[in-house]
Amino acid sequence: MSVLVFIETFNGQPVMTSWEALGAGKMVADALGTSVSAFVFGENASAIAKQAAEFGASKVFVCDDATLNDFRLEPYAALLTSLVKEHTPKVVLAVGTNRGRELLSASAADTDSGMITEAIELAVEGNTVKVTRPVYAGKLLSHAQNVGDGTLFLTIRGRAFKPNAQNAGASAEVVTVSPVLDESAIVTKVQSFEAEVGTVNLTDAAIIVSGGRGVANNPKEAPAGVSDPTVWKAQDAFENVIKPLADVLGGAVGASRAAVDAGYISYAHQVGQTGKVVAPDLYIACAISGAIQHQAGMRNSKVIVAINKDAEAPIFKMARFGLVGDIFQIIPALTAEFKKRLGK
Amino acid sequence: MHVVTFTRSTPDTAAKVEVGKDGAVGWGDAATVVNPWDEYSLEETILQAENASGKSTVIAIGGEMHNDALKHSLAMGIENAIRIDDPNLDSTDSLAYATAAAGAIKKLGDVDLVIFGKESVDVGTDQHAYMTARKLGWTMLSYVSKIVAIDYANKTITVEKMYEQGKQTVTSQLPAVITVMKGINEPRYPSFIGIRKASKATIPVWSLGDLGISAPAKKAETVAFMNLPTKEVQVEMITGTPEEQAAQLVEKLLEAKVL
Ligand SMILES: Cc1cc2nc3c(=O)[nH]c(=O)nc-3n(C[C@H](O)[C@H](O)[C@H](O)COP(=O)(O)OP(=O)(O)OC[C@H]3O[C@@H](n4cnc5c(N)ncnc54)[C@H](O)[C@@H]3O)c2cc1C
Ligand SMILES: Nc1ncnc2c1ncn2[C@@H]1O[C@H](COP(=O)(O)O)[C@@H](O)[C@H]1O
Repeated sequence: MSVLVFIETFNGQPVMTSWEALGAGKMVADALGTSVSAFVFGENASAIAKQAAEFGASKVFVCDDATLNDFRLEPYAALLTSLVKEHTPKVVLAVGTNRGRELLSASAADTDSGMITEAIELAVEGNTVKVTRPVYAGKLLSHAQNVGDGTLFLTIRGRAFKPNAQNAGASAEVVTVSPVLDESAIVTKVQSFEAEVGTVNLTDAAIIVSGGRGVANNPKEAPAGVSDPTVWKAQDAFENVIKPLADVLGGAVGASRAAVDAGYISYAHQVGQTGKVVAPDLYIACAISGAIQHQAGMRNSKVIVAINKDAEAPIFKMARFGLVGDIFQIIPALTAEFKKRLGK
Repeated sequence: MHVVTFTRSTPDTAAKVEVGKDGAVGWGDAATVVNPWDEYSLEETILQAENASGKSTVIAIGGEMHNDALKHSLAMGIENAIRIDDPNLDSTDSLAYATAAAGAIKKLGDVDLVIFGKESVDVGTDQHAYMTARKLGWTMLSYVSKIVAIDYANKTITVEKMYEQGKQTVTSQLPAVITVMKGINEPRYPSFIGIRKASKATIPVWSLGDLGISAPAKKAETVAFMNLPTKEVQVEMITGTPEEQAAQLVEKLLEAKVL
């Protein structure tokens, strides 16, 4: 076995970007002249293993045990580490989600292996895996690689690699493995889980519409008695101006740090150096000036549209299309036009 | 009760960073700042140490450039600072880093809680905290958005931690390593007195020998940095009334098959 891929799950469902990891894993395995295996832990693992086969895994390690239903590092890392020790894969690969980074780093430390995060390109030369990754908030690229013959743990950036085409009916060898830790040996206990309302899957989104500080210039009157009329106006603008545009495009809502820090929208929406790094097909920046720290989070978007009333705003320097004007006039017109043209 | 945090200096986020002809990364005469994610971990370290009437220590691993971050930490109110520097330590290999970090925690001996920032804003490795926890054999709780409770007597910790799909509340055991997110607190600014005190502090430097460890064999390395390929985007300005702008933009996006 040579390349081992983490199929991340949540509530018994696969996290879709895992198929990107399998796509990248297959590419690396092909280049190394071997095959790609996957591992799925927790509720519904066997059913998810079938999907992993359809997305290119030739072997899937499955452990459908209650201790692995909620992600907890201890039982997950113990089991991954035992798989790695037994099978000594050349590469262990996952998407760099919170779970993916934590799990792979832990197992890399357990097995004294190398670890490289946030790959956007991968190449193989002999026994060396050459990784291209962005650094300095995307201002530079770096090349990193494994040293020696051990296992390399690798996380990839979401949307940087393509999944394999799904081959319905493809099957894989399924290997059932036992958990390493039983419940009494796990010190971390889950008390509760609170789903994020209106999930903000920014890193997976193909289209993002982001709002900046300028959303507070909403011409709507705040109702009498609200404690902070500016915050009310800004929140209203996110809800009733920015979000409808995102909705008609099937996209997600992003924000600048200025908007987040002012309490206009939650931190989960922040794009930039100290927020999320995104690379959608389309990024629409609304009333965002385009500070370098914001650019750091969105400069790899395929097409950037900037809407700003200030023709000198730096965001226009990096945009493909620029619209000078008031977002409160342009965005509703844009939403209406998209509705018409997309037949919604 | 002893809370330890790790930090380092990073170039100012507004700096123009470039790879020079010699292949080295430079940022002109721009200043370095404390890694921005660490403002939250430093603040949380101070708060947690105060809450428990305990001690606080900050550690940087690497060269003298990191003294700036350590002095900033002292100026904010962390009590002790240590720098770990050793010619045998390749700081681009996380395994080496984690070995050194865990070695320092063991040398301190009485540590209950280690708090890291989310990641290094410059190299974005995002693995040092987890690796350090595993090298210590301690509980690891990442992406913590709130410390709900810590009971030092019974050695338990309850936190809220973030995943892409929402917030998980867990209870676990001390000693623990945690990483904290933006929003967990409002980082304080260093006070004037704090800055004066910090500027006079001498920061002890520990070698790997002082920690009683040697560097592990290198398993991963960064071999080169590159400037971005210049991508000339020519912005196309779309003018007219808002309705005309909207119609043109939609037309162009459909034409370019962006949608
Ligand atoms: C360490 C550090 C980390 C940071 N990390 C991030 C980060 O992760 N993400 C981030 O975004 N920023 C980050 N920043 C902050 C960054 O420097 C900027 O302050 C921030 O991005 C500005 O947000 P903005 O563009 O919304 O606000 P502003 O710069 O105030 O711009 C508002 C824009 O809205 C326009 N406008 C106003 N009203 C309207 C209207 N009605 N119609 C059209 N246009 C209008 C204005 O012309 C202006 O250009 C960071 C800063 C530091 C120091
Ligand atoms: N050389 C270092 N010395 C001290 N702290 C560090 C060092 N490198 C990373 N850290 C801290 O480790 C945390 C995670 O960073 P990273 O894993 O590098 O993305 C951040 O709080 C960093 O400040």
